[in-house]
Amino acid sequence: MSGLRPVIVGAGPAGIRAAERLVAAGLRPTVVDEAARWGGQIYRQPPDGGFTRPKSALYGFEAGKADAVHQAMAAIRDRVDYKPRTLAWNCEDRALDLLGDGVSETLPFSHLILATGATDRVLPFPGWTLPGVFTLGGSQVALKFQGCAVGRRVAFLGTGPLLYLVAYQYLKAGVAVAGVFDTAPFDGQLRAAPGMLRDPATLAKGLLFVGWLRAHGVPIHNNVRPLRAEGTERVEALVWSRNGREERTVCDAVAFGLNLRSETQLADLAGCRFRFNEMDRAWLPERDAAGRSSVPGVYIAGDGGGIAGADAAELGGERAALALLEDAGLPVEADRVAVLDRRLARVAAFRRALSAAFPFPEDWASSIADDTMVCRCEGVSAGTLRAVATSGQAREINRAKALTRAGMGRCQGRMCGAATTELLARALNAGPGDVGRLRAQPPIKPLPVAAGRPSDEAAS
Amino acid sequence: MALLQRVAEQGRRVVRFTLDGIPVEALEGDTVLTAMLTNGDRLRRSEFADTPRAGFCLMGACQDCWVRTEEGERLRSCGTFIEDGMRLVSRGEWDQGGPGQGEAES
Repeated sequence: MSGLRPVIVGAGPAGIRAAERLVAAGLRPTVVDEAARWGGQIYRQPPDGGFTRPKSALYGFEAGKADAVHQAMAAIRDRVDYKPRTLAWNCEDRALDLLGDGVSETLPFSHLILATGATDRVLPFPGWTLPGVFTLGGSQVALKFQGCAVGRRVAFLGTGPLLYLVAYQYLKAGVAVAGVFDTAPFDGQLRAAPGMLRDPATLAKGLLFVGWLRAHGVPIHNNVRPLRAEGTERVEALVWSRNGREERTVCDAVAFGLNLRSETQLADLAGCRFRFNEMDRAWLPERDAAGRSSVPGVYIAGDGGGIAGADAAELGGERAALALLEDAGLPVEADRVAVLDRRLARVAAFRRALSAAFPFPEDWASSIADDTMVCRCEGVSAGTLRAVATSGQAREINRAKALTRAGMGRCQGRMCGAATTELLARALNAGPGDVGRLRAQPPIKPLPVAAGRPSDEAAS
Repeated sequence: MALLQRVAEQGRRVVRFTLDGIPVEALEGDTVLTAMLTNGDRLRRSEFADTPRAGFCLMGACQDCWVRTEEGERLRSCGTFIEDGMRLVSRGEWDQGGPGQGEAES
């Protein structure tokens, strides 16, 4: 067993279940995580220092699962090398470059499990940079992690299960919900219901959220398109349309997201092969059913390899760890592998139903005005991106990035990548999979200028 | 007026810092973002259009929540916790001339 140096990036449900399985096999994995405490985004724990809400208040119906994941990591804490508050900012030559608490280090690995998770997928609309417009996930972080609401009267805009969940959580916390504005048509949700019966508990929760919101007088609108967030110094209203009719809803915050997008930068830098995934409408690292990427010894688990949610992440994390053990020539329980494979197959079917219920607004790229800012970091407009495509200067996203700086800023395209892809594809009369993939660059997130400079100054 | 509204967890220790030179209060365990946005309605002004910004994703992905200290240090405010004595700036360096020169008014 000596000579194995397994490293896991991410301490959410996938990373923790992977670590647990490796520890059970007698290995000592290193777990690298950006957060100060384990749990990931969905089961994010409050900071140390005086927070008192119980898990039932923080995670609702998921409190049991959240607690189980937290406890799993607590139980193996002494048998892993845990590196919290640490960013893995590069992956090269079978080693990760890390920066944590001002200390930089290069960590070689024999095997790498990437459990990097996801963030909200967003598309821009006029006014989306105004103070008071936050992502849905961010609005949930404010409540769960800080005991704060993003406003006094919040509009929930976008689509996906998180839209209804976070609106419900805000209402429960005593915050006024100005409305739920779903970009998806209602009939699609009805059509998807039979598929969602594969996971009746999830369907029941969704119906409960909708019922609770309606019972408390919260208007729920389907087939909505955002026209603009109004205000000069902060959000004052959301203007939206439905079936061509314009309406205005007074609010001081907008929580916005269109499902989630995978964090794939480290897989890219590790050399993993990517493929365009029609369901996620995104380039994802290729992986087999067990999580093996195209690079031997590199595994992808959880939402970082395709959006499937926290339950699937737990299964995928454990499955990837079992694949690792198998590949390293260590014994694995065939029965357990079979159970996980069966459960993961069911998750995939449920995923298809969800994506039918909450489809991507494919008409967005043709309807967004030229002067809408697409790239928040570099201030690049939709018109600028359309122009480099229609003029023939850029037929591919990395070329468009070089010409316009869209995606070149601090977020590395995490916020504008989907929009840039859609705009280019529409301008070129092509599909979103036909305009290339935004390549990751190290460092995958900005490094503090003064802190943790490596001795060879490679990061400068 | 504050952008973020506290709805729970208000029994924590008070932390004192300055925002644009004015002494204000936050709670222990607040991020710098929470501390600033419960005392005001922006983190900084954008370098492109002199428009206000107040963060977006709150989970370290969008990088749109960076703020400056009077010492000129740049912090990602959603991932940095507030500490006693911090001196934070939300006025734009473009409308106030020069980054973080401690030209605070009180």
